[in-house]
Amino acid sequence: MNLNLLTIDAARSAVQERKTSATALAEAYYAKIESDDPKIGAYLTLSMERAMAKAIEMDALAAKGEKLPPLGGVPVGIKDVMVTKGVRSTAGSKVLGNYIPPYDCTAVARLEAAGAVVLGKLNCDEFAMGSSNENSAWKPVHNPRDLSRVPGGSSGGSAACVAADMAVVALGSDTGGSIRQPASFCGVVGLLPTYGRVSRYGLIAFASSLDHIGPLTKTVKDTAIVLRTIAGRDPMDSTSAEVPVPDYVAELDKPVRGMKIGIAKEYLSEGLDGEVRNAVETGIQKLASLGCEIAEISLPHTKYAVPAYYIVATAEASSNLARFDGVRYGHRSKDVRTLSDMYRHSRDEGFGAEVKRRIMLGTYALSAGYYDAYYLKAQKVRTLLARDFEEAFKNVDAIVTPTSPTAAFKLGEKVDDPLAMYLADIYTVTADLAGIPGISIPCGATKEKLPIGMQILGKHFGEATILRVAHAYETAA
Amino acid sequence: MKITEKDVAYVASLGNLELTAEENGRMVRDLNSILGYIDSLNELDTSNVPPMAQVSDKYGVDASKQGSERFAYASREDVHEGLRKSLPHDVALANAPDADGTFFKVPKVIER
Repeated sequence: MNLNLLTIDAARSAVQERKTSATALAEAYYAKIESDDPKIGAYLTLSMERAMAKAIEMDALAAKGEKLPPLGGVPVGIKDVMVTKGVRSTAGSKVLGNYIPPYDCTAVARLEAAGAVVLGKLNCDEFAMGSSNENSAWKPVHNPRDLSRVPGGSSGGSAACVAADMAVVALGSDTGGSIRQPASFCGVVGLLPTYGRVSRYGLIAFASSLDHIGPLTKTVKDTAIVLRTIAGRDPMDSTSAEVPVPDYVAELDKPVRGMKIGIAKEYLSEGLDGEVRNAVETGIQKLASLGCEIAEISLPHTKYAVPAYYIVATAEASSNLARFDGVRYGHRSKDVRTLSDMYRHSRDEGFGAEVKRRIMLGTYALSAGYYDAYYLKAQKVRTLLARDFEEAFKNVDAIVTPTSPTAAFKLGEKVDDPLAMYLADIYTVTADLAGIPGISIPCGATKEKLPIGMQILGKHFGEATILRVAHAYETAA
Repeated sequence: MKITEKDVAYVASLGNLELTAEENGRMVRDLNSILGYIDSLNELDTSNVPPMAQVSDKYGVDASKQGSERFAYASREDVHEGLRKSLPHDVALANAPDADGTFFKVPKVIER
């Protein structure tokens, strides 16, 4: 049994039936990280003490013959934008280089309460701002499928660690595509839940009306198991919804025959790589062969999503990142005479170029005289985008699109052109802006063997439906 | 060019950022390129479209209720210590760059 290739159920049963132990499992993953991560760069901090304590607890349960919880002994990785009590949490930024949080993110706490063994914290773009993981203040992540290429971003470490068998599953965060795009680049499954489905408590805020936590896994079933564990109302996040959490795993095997799948022409237009288009069209045919009805639909405002996103997201970021002032935590510049020197120098030394660019853009968009032209305009366009989906979902159960217009690009290819980098999110930002769920699943590869992702979008709180379609696609011969 | 070096300096001061001369020049170029792209939003007539104020005001809530009533589940009575106890002093100060055991310390606020 190769311990590094297990799914959640296989790992948990192996520990339950004492074919291995949670301790041995954690050690196998740490050995894999030690041998392979130097060339990939997925982990920023390892939480061995915490992991081993949990593993020992699970082994004791198994030894007593007690039933393990759903993720009992399963090794997981956590994107570094989620705070972990007593374990350094940097959000990929120098500003938080020495930050040791005094509390746990709800999603992490829920995974651990379900028996998961937290191996460590995963690399990402600074404050989750980026599409290639090259904005990490610490080091870039290399795509395990081709080390000369990016893993996508901002959850690049999360996608890479799952693809490289350095965790069974990982948590990531998605504000404009940051779970789904790296999942597609690395050939794994990644889910953006509905806004409000998963608590954001303990997620270091980038853009509060767009931030989401979700899983990256090897199989759709594992995504369903993690979602079932982390979803649901949390009194610590007033935007977390009071909507019952269905048993996503039990729903997976329901038939997809007769389901209506929408194909939006706006997602298959110029800028889409030919190989990606072919793979997604083949994927759609496969869904048709499973009995899904395919219907052409229109989402007419799609091309305005990226410009609207970069106003809303940066405006919220400029406000959220004001808290990094060098007073209560985080980097403080040395040798400053006055308080205002301290603010400005600390922020200038602590933030990287992309973070400064977004603070500047957001501050400009909110500044006197420009608010109506930019922020208000963008929020109106956001209403139009949400209406596009509302109309479409009157006629279809799910919408299938490419996840990203291209497969993984080379490291360094887009670093000097922020606008080109932003366009890597063109098919993913729409769901964040509308608050609907979406999943990226692998659907073939390019001639150069680079993974391609297919995105399935659903209605608000329609995760069970898109997981079912994804599962049917994944398990069909 | 919509944004000048002077605008960049002004916005940087609003955002409490201190940019070097080199960063300033690059910022002028980048912001103009991004804002040029964002201008495409003006192709849309949004005069009768309400701005989105809340992502989830229609879903996962009781649609028969209006306004804040929809989110009544998210509020509670005021209670002593609320949902959790406040952090103890030493824990709250543990990440501070400078503290004296009781307070966060910062450089002088008022110049003499």
